[in-house]
Amino acid sequence: MLQCLASAAVQAEVRYFQARIHEPYIELHTGPGRGFPVFHVVDRGELVEVIKRRTDWFMLRTAKGKEGWARRSAMALTLTPAGEKTAFAEANFGDFSRRRWEAGVMAGDFEGADIITAYGGYMVTRNLSVELQMSQAFGNFSDALSASINLLAQPFPEWRVSPFFLLGTGAIYTDPKVTLVNEEDRTEQITNVGVGLRVYLTRRFIFRAEYQNHVILQDTDDNQEIDEWKAGFAFFF
Amino acid sequence: MESRICIFLLRSVCVVALPALLGGCSWLRTSEDEPVYTEAEPVIKPNIERRTITEADIDSEDFEVGAYIGVLSIEDFGSNVVYGVRGDYHITEDFFVELAAGTSEAGDTSYETLSGGAQILSDDDRDFTYYNISVGINILPGESFIANKYAFNSGLYLIGGVGDTEFANDSHFTVNLGVGYRFLLNDWVSLRVDFKDYIFDSDLLGNDKRTHNLEGTAGLSIFF
Repeated sequence: MLQCLASAAVQAEVRYFQARIHEPYIELHTGPGRGFPVFHVVDRGELVEVIKRRTDWFMLRTAKGKEGWARRSAMALTLTPAGEKTAFAEANFGDFSRRRWEAGVMAGDFEGADIITAYGGYMVTRNLSVELQMSQAFGNFSDALSASINLLAQPFPEWRVSPFFLLGTGAIYTDPKVTLVNEEDRTEQITNVGVGLRVYLTRRFIFRAEYQNHVILQDTDDNQEIDEWKAGFAFFF
Repeated sequence: MESRICIFLLRSVCVVALPALLGGCSWLRTSEDEPVYTEAEPVIKPNIERRTITEADIDSEDFEVGAYIGVLSIEDFGSNVVYGVRGDYHITEDFFVELAAGTSEAGDTSYETLSGGAQILSDDDRDFTYYNISVGINILPGESFIANKYAFNSGLYLIGGVGDTEFANDSHFTVNLGVGYRFLLNDWVSLRVDFKDYIFDSDLLGNDKRTHNLEGTAGLSIFF
């Protein structure tokens, strides 16, 4: 029983990643940002514990118990205690073409109405990704909510300005403004075909612009065609 | 004959028991995968405890969630209490994205107050709820000092985005712009003060007009 408790206590004790500083020195800031003042310097050869990480900054604890934040790029030469190289490098264009997850926000025009879109996507391969888009459109005569799932193909993942093609389907809920027209709310199926561009900006940022042509499959009369243009920002991780 | 048996027993004791005694328990434990000594095997094995923690195990705290409360001035409809929740993702030290949702209730317009009984909106239509997606830029980071002993990290940020406002039984495309102050009590708890303007077009009082709805809030959030 006692042994059990003792082993549980050992397991509960937090162990941190240890690193040996190989740069001439590393500056410790009071906070995770270049604007926070430097209050301590760690010399080459010192062993530090990496407590946590926020964006591109690591919180380090020195052997003397000083805690401060060091920039990821400043630790590019840092070694593990066994002398192996660590991978504390900054997110770059290489990470962009190898990204797995992408999320972003776009705004634009949906056949005359304002539209905002939030989306998240997963790269299945370097060329293909699956995305979920949620949009809300604000028109003069009706508002609409839509959710769709799209398949994106990017033929040139290694390009900084990378075009893509999009194909998908979803549902759109239309809510006509009661004061203007006496129509009922309705939910219909929508199909999406589109083209767009991703532009790698810096760090984890992507600029994205796209055009989509929608066909709303209506129950009653002819199908409705809608042009949508939008642009926005995304980040990847 | 007896002596032969004796010798046999002694030998078997030697073969079975002695190595076990000499080698101790460790010999018994490793008996399953008995080491095969080759020429490459180092004579001295360094007694290093292998750490299994890798860079991927470093706890990353890029998310921030919190709640806030304050005052929202709805154009033409007075000022009222507003409260909401928000979640942030810190992309870099400079930029973060925020998803926020809040709710308030509109008061009476001056016309309704002066006229006595006239009501422009029903009680249900007075609910004012919004959500928005915004991007924030951290500016002026630094330390704030309290007395001569305590120093706290703090910083201003500019924030702006788009979203939806549900008011008077209608959806309004809304642009928000604001400024905020983040005061970190420690590495993972922050106090935030925000001032924001929610801008949307409304035709509620007859003709179309652009309304500015100013909000001031204070909130608490945690990083994880």
